[in-house]
Amino acid sequence: MSAFLDVLGAVLVLLGALLALAAAIGLLRLPDVLSRMHAATKPQTAGLVLVVIGSALSLRTSVDTWMLVLVGVFQLITAPVTAHLVGRLAYRSGGVREDLLYRDDLADREDDPAR
Amino acid sequence: MSGEQRGVFGRRPRVLRVLWLTLVWVLLWGTFSWANLLGGFVVAVLVLVLFPLPAVTTGGQLRPVALLRVVLDVGRDLAVSSVQVAWQSVRPGPPPRSSIVAVGISDDSELLTAMLVECLSLVPGSVVVDASAEERTLWAHVLGADDDAAVERFRAQVARLEADLLRVGVHRVRVEPASSGRAEAGTDPRDDPEPAEHRPHDSVPSREAGP
Repeated sequence: MSAFLDVLGAVLVLLGALLALAAAIGLLRLPDVLSRMHAATKPQTAGLVLVVIGSALSLRTSVDTWMLVLVGVFQLITAPVTAHLVGRLAYRSGGVREDLLYRDDLADREDDPAR
Repeated sequence: MSGEQRGVFGRRPRVLRVLWLTLVWVLLWGTFSWANLLGGFVVAVLVLVLFPLPAVTTGGQLRPVALLRVVLDVGRDLAVSSVQVAWQSVRPGPPPRSSIVAVGISDDSELLTAMLVECLSLVPGSVVVDASAEERTLWAHVLGADDDAAVERFRAQVARLEADLLRVGVHRVRVEPASSGRAEAGTDPRDDPEPAEHRPHDSVPSREAGP
């Protein structure tokens, strides 16, 4: 049973690391700040959660496990907030490749206020 | 048991805050002991006294089962979207085109807006760029949305998520300063007609019309 848990934990950590790697590549390759925030939130968060679950399965000691649970929960809560704030700032300061936008509903709104 | 829990859930947000912070404290220490519990309680109360949060009112109960469904749905969507964005990141070829889409929200509750923003950032395709509870609108950047069909798909997804959150009842939780004005406006129509009948200038013409 413990060998099974060890293997499962290792697999999850590996999967999580792969997702985090994809997120890092996305940060480099995607064209503008807004697109990069996608990479910084989804695969990064999911990757971290997988690593956390994997480590919890391998450690199996309560003291560290609960800390890991907190790490995962706070990551899930805070990552979207960061992405939202960075994205908002990026849009307002022109960090968006407008040639890559199919449509931009925010452009009509931003005309009068705040700019 | 569950009815009592819902009562705490619905009517005593401050109790919930203390419980949550105490739980975080105990989890941080990693072991349960009465000393930890007591220490966590003291720290929780201290934090909430020193950094008070705005009071909220709840007009009803939150539904735990519906909440669990949203959590599971978002979890599944997070898995899907992670793989999707990971692929969009590493695939060869030109960078993906995207759209910024305005989506209307049916309720101006702050908590509903906040939870939509949180969830939408984790589910496939979207990061919220701007949101306004007063205007009942949020603007999301949808990665890879390069035709109208994709935009409509995203709108449908938001509508589904919103319906799920409304089923939980999050729109009934309101931040107090904003809600007190709304609550008065809500009761006004019922209170107004009575004083209007006793207004002096209303009775004056009737007295004049009498003789």
